[in-house]
Amino acid sequence: MMTLFGDPAVWLPLVFAGLMGLSILIYVVLDGFDLGIGVLFPFASEAEKDRMIASIGPFWDANETWLVLAIGLLLVAFPVAHGVILTALYLPVAIMLIGLILRGVAFEFRAKAPLRRKSSWNTAFFVGSLMTSLSQGFMLGLYIMGLSYTPATVAFAALTALCLTAGYGFIGATWLIVKTDEALQRKAVRWAKRGLAGVIGGLVAVSAASPLVSPRIFEKWFSVPEILLLAPLPIVSGALVILLWIALRHLPDPADRWRHVPFATAIALFSLAFAGLAYSFYPYVVPERLTLYEAASAPESLFIILIGTVFVLPAILGYTALAYSVFRGKASELRYD
Amino acid sequence: MDALILSRIQFGANISFHILFPTITIALGWVLLYFKLRFNATGEERWMAAYRFWVKVFALSFAMGVVSGITMSFQFGTNWPGFMETVGNIAGPLLAYEVLTAFFLEAVFLGIMLFGFSRVPGWLHTLSTFLVAFGTTMSAFWILVLNSWMHTPAGFEMREGVAHATDWLAIVFNPSMPYRLVHMLLASGLTVAFLIAGLSAFRWLIGDRGSEVRLTLRTGVVMAALLIPVQIFAGDLHGLNTLEHQPQKVAAMEGNWETDDNVPLLLFALPDHEARENRFELGIPSGASIILMHDPDGVVPGLNDFLAEDGTVLHPPVAPVFWSFRVMVGTGVLMLLLSWGCAYLLWRRRNEGLPRPLLFALAGMSFSGWVATLAGWYTTEIGRQPWLVHGVLKTADAVAAVPAPMVMTTLVAYLLVYAVLIVAYIGVLLYLARKAVQGGREVPAPPRSGAAQVDVLPAE
Repeated sequence: MMTLFGDPAVWLPLVFAGLMGLSILIYVVLDGFDLGIGVLFPFASEAEKDRMIASIGPFWDANETWLVLAIGLLLVAFPVAHGVILTALYLPVAIMLIGLILRGVAFEFRAKAPLRRKSSWNTAFFVGSLMTSLSQGFMLGLYIMGLSYTPATVAFAALTALCLTAGYGFIGATWLIVKTDEALQRKAVRWAKRGLAGVIGGLVAVSAASPLVSPRIFEKWFSVPEILLLAPLPIVSGALVILLWIALRHLPDPADRWRHVPFATAIALFSLAFAGLAYSFYPYVVPERLTLYEAASAPESLFIILIGTVFVLPAILGYTALAYSVFRGKASELRYD
Repeated sequence: MDALILSRIQFGANISFHILFPTITIALGWVLLYFKLRFNATGEERWMAAYRFWVKVFALSFAMGVVSGITMSFQFGTNWPGFMETVGNIAGPLLAYEVLTAFFLEAVFLGIMLFGFSRVPGWLHTLSTFLVAFGTTMSAFWILVLNSWMHTPAGFEMREGVAHATDWLAIVFNPSMPYRLVHMLLASGLTVAFLIAGLSAFRWLIGDRGSEVRLTLRTGVVMAALLIPVQIFAGDLHGLNTLEHQPQKVAAMEGNWETDDNVPLLLFALPDHEARENRFELGIPSGASIILMHDPDGVVPGLNDFLAEDGTVLHPPVAPVFWSFRVMVGTGVLMLLLSWGCAYLLWRRRNEGLPRPLLFALAGMSFSGWVATLAGWYTTEIGRQPWLVHGVLKTADAVAAVPAPMVMTTLVAYLLVYAVLIVAYIGVLLYLARKAVQGGREVPAPPRSGAAQVDVLPAE
């Protein structure tokens, strides 16, 4: 059965690279808005903070699980790459983990600890989200730069750290536009407009830097006919940015009909950027060093995971959709009864 | 200190911190389902009140477990790349199945379980509670399969230094898995039983004599009294299984250096690793032979059998294994005495509740399950050394070449965060208990003396 689609040492790593990419993309979108809301926390009033938490409270845990799946797939499907990448990113990973710990427990503590401690846990929520966003952006930059530490690569990674954080703030604001109304929604529109600048900056920086760093990536994008076939990618991205700007100028509209547009457009934009990155780096899982075929686990191990995935992933997507539909509509106070 | 010992301390600290919380959520999920089903069946508000109090404890514990668990999935790569490079073909699928069949299930339905009571039909809320409990248990299943496989590997072959799976059933149902899984699930049940009984006793002591507290006190005590004898029996079987597959671990647990018959059961000793003998031994004659071989003349393996020709030590460090084991067994004996005493008195004096000394004892034992669980894990995991995967991969061969100062820095950072969180966690549990006593109202800020802000417990 393993030879169904040809040589299992070829198609299985490819399938798992696809699954891992999908998990990372879903994580970046879903936990992106959770983290973004954390990053926006200092700009909100006390009452608004409660509503912002309420808009993500039932979901954040499941959203974060996509990171566990992504890193799990890297671990199980490409164990050698997992070791190389994570030892190279030792310090930013530790900072991210401490950030995730602070952010995750602050959700619970801020609601359950005595009132006088609440503002401390609000701070922990902000600091944790910020540490996580910055370190993820830093890792992205360093990965694009081939996982080497020089002043130039660290400077670039610092830039992507800021841009990804702005990007998360942006998608967090678009989520708030969907889930809130009145004063907070108006605020979220302003936040989204400012965050958009960071998103554009990040897209331009990464698009310019990756071909410059790697002649191989330059070749993949700027030779004929690739450049023609790939042209829609930047063009559509540009169109989406324009659409976003128009939508944000119309918001908030009286009938609240535009509320889904910024969030949906943000997802499309993030997906396109991700597709561009994936195209650039294929077939490498560690840039310029290790291809996904070299790093893959034994086919019989990948196959046994795939069987489970084929059955379980649709169920996961199904009950995730159920949870989002149970808590659809404007965010209201979170109550246990 | 070198990167190896620092990485070991770091992973040990992380996994010790982590296991505290799954130990609570695994069994508490099923207790919550029990409360919910009783409420569905009787319609009595006290069951729902118990559910609402303990679901908060569950939510907090769950969050602590999730965030500390993520840390470990990254540390396989940051600190122990040799582990996945050597046995990734086996560990990988097991971890993947944990994420796929457990993590998403519990994380998604947790939202509905916590905040969905008035948003979804009653059956869906009950179903969500079940699925969360089921998810935590599935998670325990997969992780214990992997952990057991590291102790008693089976169903694989080595090709060019890398393990390849040959028989998945043999891998999943490896020789120590059933014992370890049962032992851990029961440990979780006992931890939760004593936590429920302890916090309920605490609430009783500070003046909460309502029907909900009576109910949870009784639930906790009865659960503890029922589970502890089963746990002692299961622990004995697990020990015999270890004797068969990892005799050097049992030799360290018993502090027995020479293979011999009529080996005493040591109650106290100071194992000396350098001199390879014990100092200040105090033991019951032939005790270890009776327990392990069920025969006073039974031969018990000794540590000196596990020295290589060149003097390399192939058995674990003795003192930590020896003492962890005694802490675990001692806590278990205390649990047995207290839970049976309380159960007997609750049965005899139906409506009067328990005498104050016993309530204090229960409150003091609230977190005794953590002590026993950690001591048990230290026994088995330190007892596996010097192996990471028994007979396949040594711990020293799996560690990353990360500079020691870097490991030290992150270790200190983790320890600081964990120390703050554990204090906050216990503090919030006590706060929730005090708040419940006052009918759910915000507890007034305690009086301040000077600049110091001290929490004042009404009972003290």
